Amino acid sequence: MSLRMPDANPRVIARRDEIVAGLARIVGERWVISAEDELRPYETDGLTAYRQVPLAVVLPATTEEVSRVLTFLHEEGVKVIGRGAGTSLCGGSLPEADAVVVGVSRMSKVLDIDLDTRTVRVETGITNLAVTGAVDHLGFFYAPDPSSQLACTIAGNLAMNSGGAHCLKYGVTTNNVLGMTCVLMDGTVIELGGQGLDMAGYDLLGLMIGSEGQFAITTEATLRILPKAEGARPVLLGFPTSSDAGACVAKIIASGLVPVAIEFMDEPAIRICEDFAQAGYPLDVGAMLIVEVEGAPGEIDEQIAKITRVAKDAGVVHVREAKTPAEAAAIWKGRKSAFGAMGRISDYVCMDGTIPTTRLPEVLVRISEICESHGLGVANIFHAGDGNLHPLILYDINDPDQLHRAEVAGAEVLKLCVEVGGCLTGEHGVGVEKRDLMREQFTEEDLRQQVAIKDLFDPQWLLNPAKVFPLDVRDAA
Amino acid sequence: MSDPRAESHRPGDAAEVAAIVREAAAGAQPLEIVGGGTKRGYGRPAQTQASLSTELLTGITLYEPSEMVISARAGTPVAEVEAALEAENQRLVFEPPRLDSLYGSAGEPTVGALAAMNLSGPARVHSGAARDSLIGVAFVNGKGELIRSGGRVMKNVTGYDLAKLQAGALGTLGVLTEVTFKVLPKTETELTLQFEELDDARAVACLSAALRSPYEATGAAHLPAEGDRAARTIVRIEGFPGQMKHRGTMLAQALKAFGRPAELRDEKSRSLWRDVREVAPFLSGAETALWRASLPSTAAAAFVGSLPEGLVRRHVYDWGGALVWLETDPAGDAGAAAIRGALPGQGAHATLQRGPAELRARIDTFQPLPETLMRLNRGLKAAFDPAGILNPGRMHAGL
Repeated sequence: MSLRMPDANPRVIARRDEIVAGLARIVGERWVISAEDELRPYETDGLTAYRQVPLAVVLPATTEEVSRVLTFLHEEGVKVIGRGAGTSLCGGSLPEADAVVVGVSRMSKVLDIDLDTRTVRVETGITNLAVTGAVDHLGFFYAPDPSSQLACTIAGNLAMNSGGAHCLKYGVTTNNVLGMTCVLMDGTVIELGGQGLDMAGYDLLGLMIGSEGQFAITTEATLRILPKAEGARPVLLGFPTSSDAGACVAKIIASGLVPVAIEFMDEPAIRICEDFAQAGYPLDVGAMLIVEVEGAPGEIDEQIAKITRVAKDAGVVHVREAKTPAEAAAIWKGRKSAFGAMGRISDYVCMDGTIPTTRLPEVLVRISEICESHGLGVANIFHAGDGNLHPLILYDINDPDQLHRAEVAGAEVLKLCVEVGGCLTGEHGVGVEKRDLMREQFTEEDLRQQVAIKDLFDPQWLLNPAKVFPLDVRDAA
Repeated sequence: MSDPRAESHRPGDAAEVAAIVREAAAGAQPLEIVGGGTKRGYGRPAQTQASLSTELLTGITLYEPSEMVISARAGTPVAEVEAALEAENQRLVFEPPRLDSLYGSAGEPTVGALAAMNLSGPARVHSGAARDSLIGVAFVNGKGELIRSGGRVMKNVTGYDLAKLQAGALGTLGVLTEVTFKVLPKTETELTLQFEELDDARAVACLSAALRSPYEATGAAHLPAEGDRAARTIVRIEGFPGQMKHRGTMLAQALKAFGRPAELRDEKSRSLWRDVREVAPFLSGAETALWRASLPSTAAAAFVGSLPEGLVRRHVYDWGGALVWLETDPAGDAGAAAIRGALPGQGAHATLQRGPAELRARIDTFQPLPETLMRLNRGLKAAFDPAGILNPGRMHAGL
């Protein structure tokens, strides 16, 4: 493990029983977890290389209980780690030994559906997919769709400003939220925004979303829902090389079309996903794109014809248009099961940098060079339309040296993303994983300005503290 | 020697901006931050003698059509950015208003002001606000440090989102020096369906029905009857020609309960939406007070209906009813208490968009915030501008 976490505070550890008893008085004994074996499931998240059993886990049922829990822990000076479903790929919900995990999993109700304002009000422990599930029969959906949407919660999506495959048209989480109820570390409950389209005062909604659980625990949210398009259809395009596919992405966008999604897979990724999902992917191409368009059948035909023309100019060698919903589902099945399929053949670290799309061909070459120089394989699967890369660097978890090399290679890939004008993380968040790389992207002044905001919301740095910033930044600020 | 308190600074680059702000901070010298100077009639009147103008910070610094992204220095005229986009068949999707006519001002609106005011036109109801397109900012904070947040890529969650925070902060949290917007291809054509003689409640219901449909209405406004002009309820769709034919027919069908709409195309449609965007119905009333209420669309008609008889001279609904423009007499509080008292809560708020300076200084131009939020707003001001020198009091007293 190359990332250092702060030493636990022995004073807090020594008071463990009193803290657990205090939490039980608020939420009832049943909803406080303190036994070692029951704490195990909370020791890690989607970044499984890092583990730490927390002091305790508390599962409040209401905003008021969250407020009382935070008031109590604030008085006790105990750190708090917010947790949705624990799917963070950057260690955003990694516990510390002297911290209490506050989980929102019991708060998962849909509180209101209002089609006239096109909003839903939910408790944030609801899963991303369940929001769409609640309005699907009414012809609506919630647009941000991270790959983990079956499991991940709105609480986590808000904390990380999650994206997904369809951001090109519909934006990310922050573009789809109108209101939030948040509990500050001292227990103060604040209401941000509402059902209207903009909020009074500074844009605290915009600031809160993506703050990685460092400002507050969000318990309720008002989300924009959208009427479903009349229809949607993907087309699969295969190219001789990754560079050809990358160039085609730029040409599609330059042609004036905005597909709802453009997904990219290179040859290793295609092979692994095809083995797993039997999606009928072409195995004789260097890379492929899944391009999805929406509208009425005639509109879709027109757009796909245009995309196919552009792809021909870009040297496409395999075109398969989904003719039926079943074929469409098969095309998406391979993509959506990609991370799982990859996990069956190898351990991997999933990078999440974003680059300017015009630099795609050269960046893909350099990524394979970086991984090769560390003796590691790589498969590329990503949202090409918006430049958000997900190279999966393959390693064997039983070989500590390989893990180390994978982390070094990953850091080099992210530095490359910044170097070409992009960023360290497009949708997963900084968490602990990219914490120590923040100086690659930001100056000391930039970081101090951000830290000043953390100081405002949480002067004692009790909320999800050892994340986002290199540990020495706070001391320097 | 000129009086330093009345100095007008015109820095040529971000480093000069930083030097000026550092000096001002050291001397606790407040600065008015000015772009094109076209919207000085917005917000509380500046309480500063010295000013810092971004007029020399001009030029597009990056434009990659195939990445759908454009960056420009803050003082770049919006018109210059729009012309560059037009040449590549792209656009700012939030349909920024100019509002120079509203304020009767000369000069060119700048992209910095677009961001600082979070100015969005009718398309906001479909395509998001300026803040949703604003993906990167560079600004000088009140300590004279050049800070960057976001960047040129549309998916970026690295660090806190300070671009959102700067959007709408009216320069009180920093002097924007460069802004980056994501852009989209222009739509080939547009079509407006116009319904007549609906009352406010029916009109908002019609707009809601349009926005609930899958045909992607990109504009939804209601212009109540005035003089012998009948009330007009208008819904806009955009796309390629084949799409318009299909969607126009389907949308009219979905809205048939509200009557048979007239179809407005091309320049007829465009000029109508230009009028909505520039709040043209109120341009003739320079001496009146103009309020902008943001609220849940479903509450809009009842809100207007509940206002005291005679308070509102004219009103217009945009954003499907989520935005209501109200023109009142500027006497007394210009209706501030009545308007704010009639709002439904749930985060709804009313801003005096235009009014005599004397009125803007006297009443709460912006909706007073609950104390918990005001405390955070004050804390943010202190975190960005500890000496309180950037546009102090322009937004809320004390910010």
